[in-house]
Amino acid sequence: MPHFNTGISDRDGYTVTLMAVETHVLDDDCVALSGWGRTAPTLARVYRPRGHAEAAEAVRAHGARGTIARGTIARGLGRAYGDAAQNAGGTVLDMTGLDRILAVDATTGLVVCEAGVSLHRLMAALLPLGWFVPVTPATRYVTVGGAVASDVHGTNHQVVGSFARHVTALELLTADGGVRTVPPGTPLFDATTGGMGLTGVILSVTLRLLPVETSLMSVDTERARDLDDLMDRLGSTGHRRSHSVAWIDLLARGAATGRAVLTRADHAPYDALPRRHRARREPLAFRPGRLPAPPPYVPGGLLNRTTVGLLNELRYRRAARASTGRLQPLTAFFHPLDGIPHRNRVYGREGVVPYRFVVPYGQEEALRRVVLRIAARGCPSSPATLRRFGAGGPGWLSFPRPGWALALDLPAGLPGLGAFLDALDEEVAGAGGRVCLAQDSRVRPEALAAMYPRLDEFRALRAELDPRSTFTSDLSRRLAL
Amino acid sequence: MKDAFGAPQSLLVLGGTSEIGLATARRLIARRTRTVWLAGRPSPALTAAADSLRALGADVHTVPFDALDTESHEERLGKIFTEGDIDMVLLAFGVPGDQARDESDPVAAVRVAQTNYTGAVSAGLVCAGALQAQGHGSLVVLSSVAGERARRADFIYGSSKAGLDAFAQGLGDALHGTGVHVMVVRPGFVRSRRTAGLAEGPLPTTPEAVASAIELGLRRRSETVWVPGALRMVMAAVRHAPRPLFRRLPV
Repeated sequence: MPHFNTGISDRDGYTVTLMAVETHVLDDDCVALSGWGRTAPTLARVYRPRGHAEAAEAVRAHGARGTIARGTIARGLGRAYGDAAQNAGGTVLDMTGLDRILAVDATTGLVVCEAGVSLHRLMAALLPLGWFVPVTPATRYVTVGGAVASDVHGTNHQVVGSFARHVTALELLTADGGVRTVPPGTPLFDATTGGMGLTGVILSVTLRLLPVETSLMSVDTERARDLDDLMDRLGSTGHRRSHSVAWIDLLARGAATGRAVLTRADHAPYDALPRRHRARREPLAFRPGRLPAPPPYVPGGLLNRTTVGLLNELRYRRAARASTGRLQPLTAFFHPLDGIPHRNRVYGREGVVPYRFVVPYGQEEALRRVVLRIAARGCPSSPATLRRFGAGGPGWLSFPRPGWALALDLPAGLPGLGAFLDALDEEVAGAGGRVCLAQDSRVRPEALAAMYPRLDEFRALRAELDPRSTFTSDLSRRLAL
Repeated sequence: MKDAFGAPQSLLVLGGTSEIGLATARRLIARRTRTVWLAGRPSPALTAAADSLRALGADVHTVPFDALDTESHEERLGKIFTEGDIDMVLLAFGVPGDQARDESDPVAAVRVAQTNYTGAVSAGLVCAGALQAQGHGSLVVLSSVAGERARRADFIYGSSKAGLDAFAQGLGDALHGTGVHVMVVRPGFVRSRRTAGLAEGPLPTTPEAVASAIELGLRRRSETVWVPGALRMVMAAVRHAPRPLFRRLPV
């Protein structure tokens, strides 16, 4: 069996040969990586630093002269759907080794932790102290570094903004191998938050936390019979809940197009717990459940129009027409799917393509057109959510901006999906909206400049800070970031 | 880089005047491909092919490449990879030969074998190594159903494609798990300029159909693609037909 040169021949020298002149055994550190969507896997050498010094050493070695370096990129728990944390032929720094919570100030609600700490771990450690992560995406299995680098948002974006707004300082390992403390308000901070790890490796983060009295959410539910009804209800100001999100049925057609179940929630205060409720004794318990994982090989096409249609029907009918103040554990409200490990396997071998976009307020027509097109095509997306974004953060490539945000996941095996999503991109860009970079695995590079007006500034800062492109990912190659 | 649907941004076609190669390039340019390298013997046809793709908006380069000159492959093809990542290599060169003449002209027969097999082995290995160094990419090898079971009518061509097919399958297994994807494409009889006037085989297809099968195979990361798909079942039967019966089949 022939062996080919893997590109990087030895560990300390990092010398690179381009051609298969001498044959070479693949070593164990080379791993084919893909995103959560399991599309477009590429090979990289994975290096797991255990501390700041090891991370700095790895970065410096890659900037060394006389080598054809293919760069390096930090990777957390691999929850980004696309190719943001892959680096074909180069090095990927597995940051999960930097997993220490360095300091917690339980009186003011500040935590300093290394970038590889997951939100799951932060919650487990901080909830008993009465603090919670201010912003959490739909999964808690993301690292803090990844959350900053993709500037994640939660269902409370309208009220508290995205993740980066709660970061009071971060330590960034830059291409020269030096570590900088980056405070908010600086160009480097704004480029790094939402910067997809391309400005450097985030080593540690100081985060301002949210005080909570219990680990329960007080949830209101209502049904919306169609898209107009849903947008009216989401836009109404007669409620005081900080979290609001609508699960939307994109397979419903005709008069029911865009029917949805809308949930609004707040952290339940201790006094709101009913007497004799078991949470009265243990208000801050954090016990997420866990279900068995799907088998490693699942045939594609399980999530099709029929099955997703049934699931959607069930979900819509099961939801209360209108209920208020139902108590639900935090994890069930924020991360309903986190209980199933490897749940991305259900899409089969071909994987899943996410589509996340936002269109500004005033462009409701564009949103309506997109929803109609998706419904008319019968795309089996489960689950899809619609929410409203508040003011955007300062991040140059940060996704959230004021507007309507729709998120859906589609099986990559749908025929003609690529061209269909390209057409939706045009609609979104034409309305002044944008698609989410952290979850992207397919956007046309030409479409990006219209979506992210500060892209040129980002490129200029990268060119200055990292002229040799030490930090490179498949995403940055594909989109020329 | 390829996107989630396997659509490449840069493409290298070995055999730059191949009709299937050009049909594939056209199809991929309509998706994501921006850079196309056409490797082939310098000729007006190669220039015309490059111009036709340029008209579609792609950035097209031509490179002199001769399948028979295996000594030069490393240098010629290696230079392309230093200019930037190649997301997909389409190994599309090959000659059908003239069975009737080649049977009495061993030199011509050997040339068919060298072009289709040894030339492809050399170019395939060079490209595979370069793809592996960049950690990603697809190597799409145009084989043929003629290689699946040698027929009386074209066993010289068929045997060369059989060798190529076996080579590409082995290469695909060697590269499994390295981020590099090797796909063997086995078209049936393709209606094209080259086959004009020849007697059509069963289940004929077109370069455009082969191109769309390649696009689909890239998305699915398939290892073997039959064009048309029904040939998979047909050839499964043909492969097991006893020799005395096979000799009498009108294929």
